[in-house]
Amino acid sequence: MDDSTAGRERPVIADAPGSRSWARAFDDLAQGWKQRQLWGHLGWQDIKQRYRRSVLGPLWISISMGVIALGLGILYSLLFQTDIRTFLPHVAVGLLIWNFISGCILEGSEVFIANEGLIKFLPAPLSLHVYRLVWRQTLFFLHNLVIWAVLMIVFPHQLGWSLLLAVPAFALLAVNGGWISILSGILATRFRDIPPIIASVVQLAFYLTPIVWSVDILSSNPAVQERARLVEINPLYHFLEIVRAPLLGQHISWFSWAVVAVITVVGWGVGLLCMRNYRARVAYWV
Amino acid sequence: MNQPSIDLAGACVDFPIFDAKSRSLKKSVLGRAGGRIGTESKVPIIEALRDIDLALRKGDRVALVGHNGAGKTTILRLMAGIYEPTRGRAAVRGKVAPIFDLAVGMDPEISGLENIIIRGLFLGMTRKEMEARVDDIAEFTELGDYLSMPLRTYSTGMRVRLALGVVTSIDPEILLLDEGIGAVDAEFLAKARGRLNELVERSGILVFASHSDEFLADLCDTAIWMEHGTIKEFGPLRDVLHHYKGRDVLAP
Repeated sequence: MDDSTAGRERPVIADAPGSRSWARAFDDLAQGWKQRQLWGHLGWQDIKQRYRRSVLGPLWISISMGVIALGLGILYSLLFQTDIRTFLPHVAVGLLIWNFISGCILEGSEVFIANEGLIKFLPAPLSLHVYRLVWRQTLFFLHNLVIWAVLMIVFPHQLGWSLLLAVPAFALLAVNGGWISILSGILATRFRDIPPIIASVVQLAFYLTPIVWSVDILSSNPAVQERARLVEINPLYHFLEIVRAPLLGQHISWFSWAVVAVITVVGWGVGLLCMRNYRARVAYWV
Repeated sequence: MNQPSIDLAGACVDFPIFDAKSRSLKKSVLGRAGGRIGTESKVPIIEALRDIDLALRKGDRVALVGHNGAGKTTILRLMAGIYEPTRGRAAVRGKVAPIFDLAVGMDPEISGLENIIIRGLFLGMTRKEMEARVDDIAEFTELGDYLSMPLRTYSTGMRVRLALGVVTSIDPEILLLDEGIGAVDAEFLAKARGRLNELVERSGILVFASHSDEFLADLCDTAIWMEHGTIKEFGPLRDVLHHYKGRDVLAP
């Protein structure tokens, strides 16, 4: 090879940041954000794809969610003997927030594996797939919000200005969807046993988080009053609470906001570290 | 505006093989096909590329030749920035347009037109820019009304036309072509060659992996002969093909 390249130009490598540098990790996120036209389009495409040739189309998202929410809401309000006017909205809104959270976690663990073809054949920032995923879940959530609107009409709630807090709360949720998909996505691409583990943990978390039950019911029972406070250890409870409380006109818990803020900062720290160290490896692992 | 360039210095690409049992793989170098398989670490590693030193500049039109598994596709992916070298450095400057697998990034359920736009967005264009080019692409690909049909109704050749149409319309600075674009008919091929030649003269670097001497001779003037993940020879196309094939295939 030495003699064959004689007389040719020698490679010149400028002093660019290496594969494992913070600069490249942030650059990946920035480049991905710049391509929002692309992931915006792909996210919509994913949804349309699912309901192609069906008459009602994406309306099915809201309908199927509505059926589940209605069923579970009625069932659990009968089981707990609570007022369906407050309990059904509680279950329904909890479910649609949970749908977003579990979607980000479950699909997050598959985000790079599922896009193997794109990663191996088209050069694109890794974060593109993460943005697309969170955007798709956001669109699902917005479709499901119709259910909330219907419930607010059927069972009027006292909604104040605090309703506006739902917007930054959901934005925080989406921001957290980013780091969780990066982290679980990279881990799952390297260790293929991660997705089933995550799936079973998420399933369990559904019952540990007050979605089909409520903390208020437990607190009103003196026997388990103390134990009910254990729910505060569950980080998902706080994520759920910051979005659900304003949507249902309930008391805003600033403690939950603080917990979520801390998790956001720590989570992104870990996510970015993972991005920095293993971003370039993902193409080799998928 | 910077000149497009590709620089690889001591670049290596090692694939970890997680699902293979480390001991069941033969330690020695395999035969003619495939890269070398390293066994130093716990996870078996395929050294797909080893110590690649290469500098390509504007106007270079390079053919990639070599046996199956010699590392042609891997080096193209390295140039595209899909793989970052596990050791060594790689610096690629310029707008890269790869045509590797034609099925990837194309959605069979949506129309050719929408696929053109998505492909363009993947290559760093905006939606507006792509919409402005749609007529040009429609004319070049001769697909006409077919563009509004879902992609699954297209034949392989038609898909190749579409992919080539998009890539040649966006003025890339570095064009990377992998084998497999031979599925189009002769007439269109002649047209595509003309357009590719024009493109390369205008803009930058072409790297083309193919087993078709004729096609290579038409588009390239230099060649890289890959073997076992290393560059065995780099020089004028005719000389390299002569050494690779054992006879002077391009003799006039």
